[in-house]
Amino acid sequence: MRTALGFAAAAIVFAVLAFAPFYLDAYGIGLMIGMTGYVTLASAWGLFSGRTGYVSLATVAFFGMGAYTVAVLNETLPYPVILLVAGAIGLLVAVVVGFSTLRLAGVYFVIFTFGLAELIRQLVTWFETTVTGTLGRYIFLPVGPEHIYWQLLVLCAATLFITWWVGRSRLGLALRVIADDEVVASHIGIDIARTKLALFSVSAVIITLVGAIQAPRWTYVEPAIVFNPTVSFLTLIMALLGGASRLWGPALGAIPLFLLFEWLSANFPDHYSILLGLLFIVIVFVLPRGVAGFAKDLTRRRPGGTPAAPKLDAAPLGTESREARS
Amino acid sequence: MGLSAMRAEERADREDFSMTTVTRRRALRYFGMSVALGAVIAALPSAAQDRTSVKIGYAISKTGPNSGGAGITTLPNYVLWAKEVNDAGGLEMPDGKKLPIEVVEYDDRSSAEEVVRAIERLATQDKVDFILPPWGTGFNLAVAPLFDRFGYPQLAVSAVTDKAPEFVKRWKKSYWLLGGGHDYTSALAGLLTKAAGEGTINKKIAMISVADGFGIDLVTAARPSFKDAGFEVVYDVTYPAGTTDFTPMINEAAGSGADTFVAFSYPPETFAITQQAQVAKFNPKILYLGVGTGFPVYGEKNGANAEGIMSLGGIDPKNEANAAYRKRHQEVTGQAPDLWGSVITYNSLQMLQEAIKRRGLDRDAVADELSNGTFQTVLGEVKLEDNQLRKLWFGGQWQSGQFVAVAPVDREGAAPAILPKPAWK
Repeated sequence: MRTALGFAAAAIVFAVLAFAPFYLDAYGIGLMIGMTGYVTLASAWGLFSGRTGYVSLATVAFFGMGAYTVAVLNETLPYPVILLVAGAIGLLVAVVVGFSTLRLAGVYFVIFTFGLAELIRQLVTWFETTVTGTLGRYIFLPVGPEHIYWQLLVLCAATLFITWWVGRSRLGLALRVIADDEVVASHIGIDIARTKLALFSVSAVIITLVGAIQAPRWTYVEPAIVFNPTVSFLTLIMALLGGASRLWGPALGAIPLFLLFEWLSANFPDHYSILLGLLFIVIVFVLPRGVAGFAKDLTRRRPGGTPAAPKLDAAPLGTESREARS
Repeated sequence: MGLSAMRAEERADREDFSMTTVTRRRALRYFGMSVALGAVIAALPSAAQDRTSVKIGYAISKTGPNSGGAGITTLPNYVLWAKEVNDAGGLEMPDGKKLPIEVVEYDDRSSAEEVVRAIERLATQDKVDFILPPWGTGFNLAVAPLFDRFGYPQLAVSAVTDKAPEFVKRWKKSYWLLGGGHDYTSALAGLLTKAAGEGTINKKIAMISVADGFGIDLVTAARPSFKDAGFEVVYDVTYPAGTTDFTPMINEAAGSGADTFVAFSYPPETFAITQQAQVAKFNPKILYLGVGTGFPVYGEKNGANAEGIMSLGGIDPKNEANAAYRKRHQEVTGQAPDLWGSVITYNSLQMLQEAIKRRGLDRDAVADELSNGTFQTVLGEVKLEDNQLRKLWFGGQWQSGQFVAVAPVDREGAAPAILPKPAWK
């Protein structure tokens, strides 16, 4: 019953959002594109990192690959096929990378994923300079901002649905055990590596598609533009602010933070970075467990409720307990 | 809290609400008018006779990787121009009335998505009269479809691209003022041909380039340019951006038997190569380096050793208008303009100013004037050909503390190049 209500509510929200381009001007649509993009990125990030505790900084590696695929293929293939190819490339890279690295734990994984983004950027640069002899690529596709927005909206809805589904499936159950104790998980017959790999791949494909869908907005693409590490950091911060392990957590973080960035850069263009830094400090002190975790704490503190237990899924980085164990 | 409420409110009645806040903020900052007065003025219909200012907006990389270039070539000129115009009473309209410039400035933080949204904001929220372009080839291309859609002329300066003729067809109100890679390399090939014809240098070239946008563009253009001119590129390698040790490359180039050494480099590497060539006692007859050579600080740092080194750009020291501009730039912004794109940027602003004086604030009319009009600017007489500035200095050389234009060799005013390059001191 609650699920049905939740679905109905979500459907209404997305339906209303789908009509937004008819009422907004170009700036409004631009704002919605940015916001939907980051909600999707943060949710996809949370899908893997929030559930496994593996903090990934590879977001921009996949995001950039998606954008670059569109840049390379936009003159040779029809647009829907390009998106499929981009998704397939994302999947392939995720499987290869996942197989070789998901055994790394804690801070090693963080460093590896950060390096991965740089590695892919340098590989693309190397390929372009030595093989094709050009670096910048042009994207001239008849894709208007409202089309980009609708595609992102669909992807966003799909991401949330997948997240919800994973939470209720055997996979989600397995993840919960893994997050609590990997040793116990492997003893009761859970294939840890395969479970993590599956989730990493799904998350990576979504992120790749976000990059692919947004690419036509820039007209000109070069590695420095699409492999901008800020994307990885913003995604991570947004997901953590909202609560990376919950269904709506990343969205709760991404929407206010995105609007705040926008408001700061419109009104305090010269003090943006300083204010942002101060804000992050405040967030860490006031909401160390994210908005969703904070809300849960509040409800639990009510008379009769049990006190909030410090669980992995709500911990700010989700890595401490894992590091202690590994 | 208040933030989402504010957004909702702003969206609900964007027309007057947001305009009021923006005007109020700018009014306080730039004119010191009272808040109430600012609000009242903003509420008035913006017909020409009621105008009290002209809104000029821009988004520029004040932070992030692009801030270095933007802070040298572009932003100081925007600041200088707005100040000069306002000190003189404002932008002159066709009826002789003067309206002060009201600047709306955003930082794109060197992010492509940010610069796109900032231009959307300038066009639809701030409703500025004209938008000045961002810095860099990539960003100018990223915003070109938006300038086109909202009907703003785009005077792209810091964008070196060989595709300008295509872009002009695609975006009718786009203007490309800094030429393309091929222009620079064929001008260099022309200079080399002349020197080889005089017997000063042999027909061999050693060439290195940074594996990034600028280096790739230039080296891709240079290979056919040199080949067509009958030169042989005997050494041709790329290096990743951020390389600090050039000794192996310099040694290879020295051993290649080429009299000409060309490096399409970025500023940090340009400085490093200059230093390391001296240490290696590598003194080719022609030394041509990339971005950074035209920075005033390059001449200051290298002193007498800069003598004879060549690069892109250059200025005509006999041009008095340019000399006066350089002095004002130094006084107002506290830094000297570079010796390549700076003066072109300032020239683009003068063109805009003059076009507004002739045709008013109608953007279509101004665009038409920019395409077809002839302008007297800091560069002298300027007329665009197919929306592009073709009369440019494509090569310069340090000569007695000045970065003097030497190429194209057949253009009037080109100084003779000092060849071969003098020995390191």
